[in-house]
Amino acid sequence: MDATVKRKKMGLKQRYQTMTRGLDWTTSYQDMDKVFPYDKYEGIKVHNWDEWEDPFRLTMEAYWKYQGEKEKKLYAVIDAFAQNNGQLGISDARYVNALKLFIQGVTPLEYCAHRGFAHVGRHFTGVGARVAAQMQSIDELRHYQTETHALSHYNKYFNGMHESNYWYDRVWYLSVPKSFFEDAMSGGPFEFLVAISFSFEYVLTNLLFVPFMSGAAHNGDMSTVTFGFSAQSDESRHMTLGIECIKFLLEQDSANAPIVQRWIDKWFWRGYRLLTLVAMMQDYMLPKRVMSWKEAWEMYAESNGSALFKDLARYGIREPKGWQDACEGKDHISHQAWNTFYTYNAAAAFHTWVPNEEEMQWLSEKYPQSFDQYYRPRLDHYDKQHKQGQRFYNKTLPMLCQVCQIPMLFTEPNDPTSICYRESDYADDKYHFCSDHCKEIFDHEPEKYVQAWLPVHQIYQGNCFPEGTDPTVEGFDPLAAVMEYYRINVGSDNFDFADSEDRRNFTEWQAGEEPQVSP
Amino acid sequence: MSDVFIAFQANEDSRPIVDAIIADNPEAKVVYSPGLVKIDAPNRLVINRETIEEEIGRDYDLQEIHLNLVTLSGHIDEDDDQLSLSWDH
Repeated sequence: MDATVKRKKMGLKQRYQTMTRGLDWTTSYQDMDKVFPYDKYEGIKVHNWDEWEDPFRLTMEAYWKYQGEKEKKLYAVIDAFAQNNGQLGISDARYVNALKLFIQGVTPLEYCAHRGFAHVGRHFTGVGARVAAQMQSIDELRHYQTETHALSHYNKYFNGMHESNYWYDRVWYLSVPKSFFEDAMSGGPFEFLVAISFSFEYVLTNLLFVPFMSGAAHNGDMSTVTFGFSAQSDESRHMTLGIECIKFLLEQDSANAPIVQRWIDKWFWRGYRLLTLVAMMQDYMLPKRVMSWKEAWEMYAESNGSALFKDLARYGIREPKGWQDACEGKDHISHQAWNTFYTYNAAAAFHTWVPNEEEMQWLSEKYPQSFDQYYRPRLDHYDKQHKQGQRFYNKTLPMLCQVCQIPMLFTEPNDPTSICYRESDYADDKYHFCSDHCKEIFDHEPEKYVQAWLPVHQIYQGNCFPEGTDPTVEGFDPLAAVMEYYRINVGSDNFDFADSEDRRNFTEWQAGEEPQVSP
Repeated sequence: MSDVFIAFQANEDSRPIVDAIIADNPEAKVVYSPGLVKIDAPNRLVINRETIEEEIGRDYDLQEIHLNLVTLSGHIDEDDDQLSLSWDH
């Protein structure tokens, strides 16, 4: 028999204070500035770290409890999906190409975010910020793992997923997400928070996860919906960290505002360019569509973003410099990116296609100002060529933007018929950019961006061939050598969906053949 | 005046939360899309623990909403009884 004495429970605010304050100390054997070498050089002034507030006030104890519940729910669904051959229930095998793009280009970013938050969590001197960064670091590792587990089931049945980590470090289009995150991770800790927590998580992440997951739900992909929403339930905490960190920096010292504004300008544009891949996925890769990129942009960026920047005006913060150009681009970027992947599909580890008539109709309704006029005729032309047995594959290499590393595929603001080119000279060399905003980012930090590992340059320099390749032998096929170096299986990972093994297999499975797990 | 919003996975756990929000925020608008339920409200939105408890007939810890939360906007303030989202302008 226990006579328990019931103590009065602490309230949420008090619990948070108790569990996140007074956990630190001032070092005495070593100078604090030596122990925390990165928290001053960016010029950000912090007078009182105790003013940092996490509005969710999640303590570590509550964190583990809720994360554990989320995992149990998620793995029950992943198991059920695998046990019931859930991959057969998707709308169309074309859909899997959206998942290929996800595991190749998005999942590795989760791992980078894990590392990035572990790093900044170590280097802030304020305890509240350290606890929040620590939780986020663990979240991001969880996302990397759950996405890999969930998608591993698809990897058993479909091509284009088998070397995703290896590809991330080498393949041309994956240098876009890779260089984005490495740019953030190689900044200082405050820039990292403004880049990832605020500009990416708060302003843009809804555009990545919400349409992707609603799209998965609509296309019968139960396991992706579940990992996506499970990850996104952490995102709302990350977004909150983003807006809190901005308010904190701006309230600590008015001298922080111009530094923060420059980072917002830079990272909004970097994130927006990265999301071109999502725009294309949403408009072209989902057989059953939820909403267009343009609609998602209007709902999550324009209306929400304008509310946010109105709110931050009291600190002297305005909307990012590239905002107007990004809004103007909503009619164009998905079509321009798909065109690039369609034509470079010999060198990409997923399939592309010309949309069918019903899908063209949808695009035409969603993009009344641009699709029929600029993009449909090109797709009709490709379709005709393909039907004549001459599917067009571009075998030359594109010029890349030195900053976002996207091929020069974007058009001039307000003129969708001319490609936008900008250039700068630095230390006797010429550098090329896709836009005024990427050029401005370069011009401010040229010594950082001249070091960019540009896949096209690397191929031309001979750095992307298998070891021992002799490019001087007669009949040398450079593209074939690059594909071998990439470990892309030519004929099964790449080329048009219509001619793919994925399509043949899926059709057979639909007809009742037993799916074979690839070895 | 701008909208704040909050979105949950569309499931049985979220239903009483959404109902409680509608009850306490007469101006809130609910939008359903596949798998997702999103609630928009002009300038401010509150979620009250007590209203949810009336809906579900048991004690409720407001932090349980983390399990099904998908996204939100606005400034957050949370204590044991209430979570609010708001813009300051």
